[in-house]
Amino acid sequence: MEEDVRLMKGNEAIAHAAIRYGADGYFGYPITPQSEILETLEAEMPWETTGMVVLQAESEIAAINMVYAGAACGKAVFTSSSSPGVSLKQEGISYIAAGELPALIVNVMRGGPGLGTIHPSQADYFQATKGGGHGDYHLIVLAPATVQEMADFVTLGFDLAFKYRTPAMILADGMVGQMMEKVVLPPARPRRTDEEIARQCPWAVTGKPATRKPNIMTTLELDSYQMERNNERYQRTYRLIEENEVRYQEYYTDDADYLIVAFGSIARICLKSIEEARKQGIRIGLIRPITLWPYPYKTITGLSKRIKGILVVEINAGQMIEDVRLAVEGRVPVYHFGRLGGIVPNPNEVLDAFKHNFPEAQ
Amino acid sequence: MTTEDIIRPENLVYRKPRLLNDNHMHYCPGCSHGVVHRLIAEIIEEMGIEDKTIGIAPVGCAVFAYNYVDIDWIEAAHGRAPAIATAVKRLNPSRMVFTYQGDGDLAAIGTCETIHAANRAENIAIIFINNGIYGMTGGQMAPTTLEGMKTSTTPYGRRVDLNGYPLKISDLVAQLDGTCYVTRQSVHTPAAVRKAKAAIKQAFTNSMEGRGTSLVEIVSTCNSGWKMSPAQANKWMEENMFAKYPMGDIKNTVKK
Amino acid sequence: MAKVKGAVKINQNRCKGCDLCVVACPTDVLMLQPKEVNDRGYHFAFMNNPEACIGCASCATVCPDGCIEVYRVTIK
Repeated sequence: MEEDVRLMKGNEAIAHAAIRYGADGYFGYPITPQSEILETLEAEMPWETTGMVVLQAESEIAAINMVYAGAACGKAVFTSSSSPGVSLKQEGISYIAAGELPALIVNVMRGGPGLGTIHPSQADYFQATKGGGHGDYHLIVLAPATVQEMADFVTLGFDLAFKYRTPAMILADGMVGQMMEKVVLPPARPRRTDEEIARQCPWAVTGKPATRKPNIMTTLELDSYQMERNNERYQRTYRLIEENEVRYQEYYTDDADYLIVAFGSIARICLKSIEEARKQGIRIGLIRPITLWPYPYKTITGLSKRIKGILVVEINAGQMIEDVRLAVEGRVPVYHFGRLGGIVPNPNEVLDAFKHNFPEAQ
Repeated sequence: MTTEDIIRPENLVYRKPRLLNDNHMHYCPGCSHGVVHRLIAEIIEEMGIEDKTIGIAPVGCAVFAYNYVDIDWIEAAHGRAPAIATAVKRLNPSRMVFTYQGDGDLAAIGTCETIHAANRAENIAIIFINNGIYGMTGGQMAPTTLEGMKTSTTPYGRRVDLNGYPLKISDLVAQLDGTCYVTRQSVHTPAAVRKAKAAIKQAFTNSMEGRGTSLVEIVSTCNSGWKMSPAQANKWMEENMFAKYPMGDIKNTVKK
Repeated sequence: MAKVKGAVKINQNRCKGCDLCVVACPTDVLMLQPKEVNDRGYHFAFMNNPEACIGCASCATVCPDGCIEVYRVTIK
């Protein structure tokens, strides 16, 4: 398959990008607003073309354990769900992290807590970036703002997951999952052969040839001293990721007096607010973190030394604001504006919230 | 002829299989797990499928199965072995994939995965150790605990009004169109061990041949949990467990 | 008539003294050490009555720890 320009939903883009990436397997369970990922994969029938396995599992729990299994075999496998389903997956995600396995998890967030709403939300920021499951671990968390990024982050997520042997998550919201945009799909890459997997992933569970010792994927270690060493190894990986993989986008920060920090599709709304503000002579810049973990602390710390205040805009009750405040270290006021329960603010609301918090800016 | 004269390589008729390594097994003396581990190692060796076999270990006493049988293993979260085996087999169709699970793992926390893997006719073999008790956590009630049987969480015996009935999960699984072979065996006598070995071999062959899901239940003892000697536990099992969990094939659709 | 004679070699350090081989033996060959224990404190099994062994491998078949090697000769 050659490069292709298409109009499609964010969820559909993820499915197409995964087939073109050469993913080996997808295991999912229906939940709104992300079911198009499973539906698109079933309709595309990649098992007939690339040999990719697609399976509708009996539950989110089974699906994440299938991903753990596939990753243990050195395969490029992924799952997707939405907030309540991702809560169910947390035990399995912890196992994947502890097993130092590469895998991709997509969360197209909806409003919670509980069964909540099917409308967009960013209320799983804490869950995604601060752990989620049990134990000391991190996910590489990518926050797409466009349908194009939904596609691009499949490749990026898998590549980072395999580079560091750690699970990566695409943390999208229901808006970017459901909206349709132009997307450039990359040319298809072939799936890796068993020989390539054995070479690139010598730890993979493949069936033991007489020439090597058994490969055992386990996360159990009853020797506390060894378990401490395992944890230290995980932490070394996380420090390496923090040093090398921070990604973000800056808009209008050169002359900014104030800053808005927002991620995902909300950052696009904030950009509109900022453009309107600039027409009114208010110079606001935007930081859009692309990796929510590792977080662009240094960039925000640096900017906080030459601006007057920051508004953090999220569709939650205030989660990423804690990381912004950590970066700002109390230098300037940091305020939050958010809508809850699945409501997405419009650009005027954001600008009004800015003016309300920073009346001196006008 | 002295014992030394007989113990010569040319006279060897039985030794533990090569794939059962020399690590001391953590199981209690007389535990059925050891026999079943040995059978699995023997069968994989006899079938010559060491390089094609992937085992899925459970949570429970057999969590460390991977320390004793020298093949590739994945250790599953509690109850999830059939889901893991599903993915392993679908992603590696040429492999022989089996799970090794206890009654708590397979018939309580993992019931959903067990039933759905079997219902999808996943080409996997499930080895199910049913000793009617949670061994690793210290002898609590299992879904298969017999009525009246004392455990640490049914200290006065299992009461159906409080705890429900012993779950005959193999009979349930045999109802599913996806299963090709469901059998109940034991390993308490030499004859029983030979039958159990034939059953596991059949299940492994079914996985290789892609005939659907096989489940081999091994009605087993947990002499520590039951608070008996190993020999007493075998006797108690024959007298009590076999009435509820009778020996023999429950379903076999494979033509001989 | 040919006579079958057997012998077993027991890995004493692997043996946990569970007694199942003793029970399974049809000719009462085996016994647990009444006093002696192995490195891990188990009264391991041994051939108390080696003359009676017929090399049937019943003991090895039921042994949970794979401790027993079985040897057999046919004396014509």
